[in-house]
Amino acid sequence: MHNNSDKQKDQVFRMTGVDTRKCMKCGKCSASCPSFNEMQYRPHQFVDMVTKGRIEELMASPSIYHCLSCFACVERCPRGVEPAVVVEAIRNLAERKQGGTYFSPDEVPELIDGTVPQQALVSAFRKYRK
Amino acid sequence: MQRIGVFVCWCGSNIAATVDVERVAQVMKNEPGVVFSTDYQYMCSEAGQAIIRNAIAEHKLTGIVVCSCSPRMHEATFRKTAQRAGLNPYMVEIANIREQCSWIHKDKEEGTEKAIVLARAALAKVMLNAPLIAGQSSVTKRALVIGGGIAGIQSALDIADAGYEVDIVEKEPTIGGKMSKLDKTFPTLDCSACILTPKMVDAAQNEKITLYTYSEVEEVKGFVGNFNVKIRRKARYVKEDVCTGCGACMQKCPSKKGLNEFNLGLNKRTAIYIPFAQAIPNVAVIDATQCIKIKNNKCGLCDTVCAAKAIDYNQQDEFIEREYGAIVMATGFNPIKLDKFNEYSYAECPDVITSLELERIMNAAGPTGGKLVKMSNGEHPHDITFIQCVGSRDISGRGKCYCSKICCMYTAKHAMLIRDKYPDVNVHVFYIDVRTPGKNFDEFYRRAVEEYSVDYIKGQVGKVYPEGDHLVVQGVDMLANEQIIHKTDMVVLATAIEPDPTARKIASMLTASIDTNDFITEAHPKLRPVESPTAGIFLSGVCQGPKDIPETVAQAGAAAVKVLGLLSKDKLVTNPCVSQSNELLCNGCSMCQNVCPYGAIGYEDKLINDHGIRETRRVAVVNEALCQGCGACTVTCPSGAMDLKGFTNKQIMAEVDAICK
Ligand SMILES: Cc1cc2nc3c(=O)[nH]c(=O)nc-3n(C[C@H](O)[C@H](O)[C@H](O)COP(=O)(O)OP(=O)(O)OC[C@H]3O[C@@H](n4cnc5c(N)ncnc54)[C@H](O)[C@@H]3O)c2cc1C
Ligand code: SF4
Ligand code: SF4
Ligand code: SF4
Ligand code: SF4
Repeated sequence: MHNNSDKQKDQVFRMTGVDTRKCMKCGKCSASCPSFNEMQYRPHQFVDMVTKGRIEELMASPSIYHCLSCFACVERCPRGVEPAVVVEAIRNLAERKQGGTYFSPDEVPELIDGTVPQQALVSAFRKYRK
Repeated sequence: MQRIGVFVCWCGSNIAATVDVERVAQVMKNEPGVVFSTDYQYMCSEAGQAIIRNAIAEHKLTGIVVCSCSPRMHEATFRKTAQRAGLNPYMVEIANIREQCSWIHKDKEEGTEKAIVLARAALAKVMLNAPLIAGQSSVTKRALVIGGGIAGIQSALDIADAGYEVDIVEKEPTIGGKMSKLDKTFPTLDCSACILTPKMVDAAQNEKITLYTYSEVEEVKGFVGNFNVKIRRKARYVKEDVCTGCGACMQKCPSKKGLNEFNLGLNKRTAIYIPFAQAIPNVAVIDATQCIKIKNNKCGLCDTVCAAKAIDYNQQDEFIEREYGAIVMATGFNPIKLDKFNEYSYAECPDVITSLELERIMNAAGPTGGKLVKMSNGEHPHDITFIQCVGSRDISGRGKCYCSKICCMYTAKHAMLIRDKYPDVNVHVFYIDVRTPGKNFDEFYRRAVEEYSVDYIKGQVGKVYPEGDHLVVQGVDMLANEQIIHKTDMVVLATAIEPDPTARKIASMLTASIDTNDFITEAHPKLRPVESPTAGIFLSGVCQGPKDIPETVAQAGAAAVKVLGLLSKDKLVTNPCVSQSNELLCNGCSMCQNVCPYGAIGYEDKLINDHGIRETRRVAVVNEALCQGCGACTVTCPSGAMDLKGFTNKQIMAEVDAICK
């Protein structure tokens, strides 16, 4: 059950250009995800939670650091939902909020602790840092 | 001087709740040209029509404006009303104050204002209307059916049954279509061949039906009642009327590498072949790309063994031309190609197959003699995984946006048939939704679960890959929220279906409209589901949209009824709203001819008297029988020579002026 409109959710739509309402709950993203067992919220749940506006919960969840950014889900989603792009957007919301700053290369050494996938860091650069 | 009557309909509360109908009638009463104006609850009812008829007589009306629903809905009704009262039916104009007004406005003031504007526009137009007389054209009493699947066969049988001649053009060497490839059919599980082959034989034996197999439609000219069609009869290299279908040639043919189309390429066939035992016609055909004689002028064995002397290596394509009154499109479908779905390893793994391939493998006349085996090594499988919705409901660009409709049911069928025949085989089905609306359909699916213990898993498969001599399926069980890594022996892909690739070409020959998915469009999705918007073209089977056999057969019958309604007429009334070129203005530039989608415009060299100057000019002439009144030419003509009767440029401008006033 969710509200049909929600500001934070709209912000995710705006950041990503992804409309999670297109999701038909087929689960193909989760079926493809190599990080499935590591993720607290599985890709299909993640997408569903965005639709439901449960953004805060997602921002607080370690799932956002467990996505490998392998884009298997993006490649295979029949509805063009691009789950990994949504994960990335939430991760950025969380990172921006924490320090109020953008992700910076100086932080990389501390972040490489064996649990955060390197690709996740790389993808953060790709999209959100000049 | 025109004497116009205005009739404002309430449509119960449909219009009256949002439009002050009385005020509309009052305002219109004071418009110049209007001599009578009234409103009534239901104008289309007999009482409403009587009001119109009486007013026409009493006030000597020369034209009427009906403010009501869309002209699509009731223009014909009110034209008839006018005609009964002695008024030319083309002196009727409709102001659509329902769809364009009351249904889209909430505020009554706004709605009323717009209704008045629309009524004024209709009035401005009707003031310029002139009586039009519909012409007549003849009807050729013969129908053409394009495509000889179950849809085409059924339409042809029904048309022939009513006593009319009908030809079927089928591009393959035999009729039967996809149904001839199926093993058993849901929801009753009767054998497909047992119910189809008698119909194929009926079609062949019916003296009213002519079969043109291995043939294609090359060209279509003409219009409803009078189509002229050119048919290419592809060279079979076997004389159709001489071959007895004994099959001796197939026994001897040394070229054995052709892919067997009937078995979807799962096994090989000889260069000369009869597609399957019950093929209609039961006549051999030579695949010229495989025949040693045709390629290298060697061999010639089939000619030697053919007792009937039916072989003719020099046969050429032949063309025939025939006239038809009506055409039925029944070009069916194909499963989509899977080259964009690499994650299923379909191209690499012979044990990953499509559902249609499974039909052939399960069939006694199929490549394995009906034994369910792994195509890779001929071994018996112990575990089979089905994946539904492969390429259906897909808007990523890889598949089709629609639901293919038949896959949920045939997958349940496959699962049950396998569990029934081989109880030792475990069957799993990955599904997104199970969609089984239809008589006895959900019960059918539930039997798969409840009686046959088929393992239905809510979720999709991410990838399939080979590992040793089995396959691994990586999927998700969304209800358990678990990822599944499952070892299986065979994977069956319930592949999306799409219209036959020739549908687009045929549709453009017929000027029939087609949707973004290449399904042929119906004239009205609810009320005219088996007619194309193009007169004389009818739709049968999956070429119109995904459907199963019961629906296909029902639609085929419905299309036949529409064809019969047409063929039983001696004359057709033509639409008088056709284009006309003003010889004095036309400069013969050909632009109208280029845009006319119906090929209705030709040119003539005519002696013209232009204000005393006599000269021969090339001018456009519209064939009124072909013109559908679309108006494309009128807006294209740079000289303003083209005008559409009933919708003249002047009339349209008057409407626009009335709105902008
Ligand atoms: C795997 C599978 C299992 C199925 N199982 C069932 C079942 O159990 N029960 C059920 O009710 N339905 C089933 N169906 C659906 C069923 O196959 C279709 O409803 C039915 O075949 C539709 O018939 P059709 O005549 O419209 O199309 P088709 O069977 O495709 O026939 C079209 C014919 O037109 C010919 N053609 C195409 N283009 C041209 C052209 N340009 N010129 C001349 N000829 C042309 C084709 O060669 C073909 O012979 C199944 C479908 C599939 C894929
Ligand atoms: S693959 Fe796409 S449509 Fe399917 S559940 Fe994931 S996001 Fe939704
Ligand atoms: S991009 Fe992230 S969510 Fe998507 S499949 Fe890869 S790891 Fe899973
Ligand atoms: S002539 Fe051609 S079709 Fe006939 S037997 Fe030889 S290879 Fe086969
Ligand atoms: S109105 Fe349409 S159909 Fe008629 S002649 Fe003009 S372009 Fe052709």
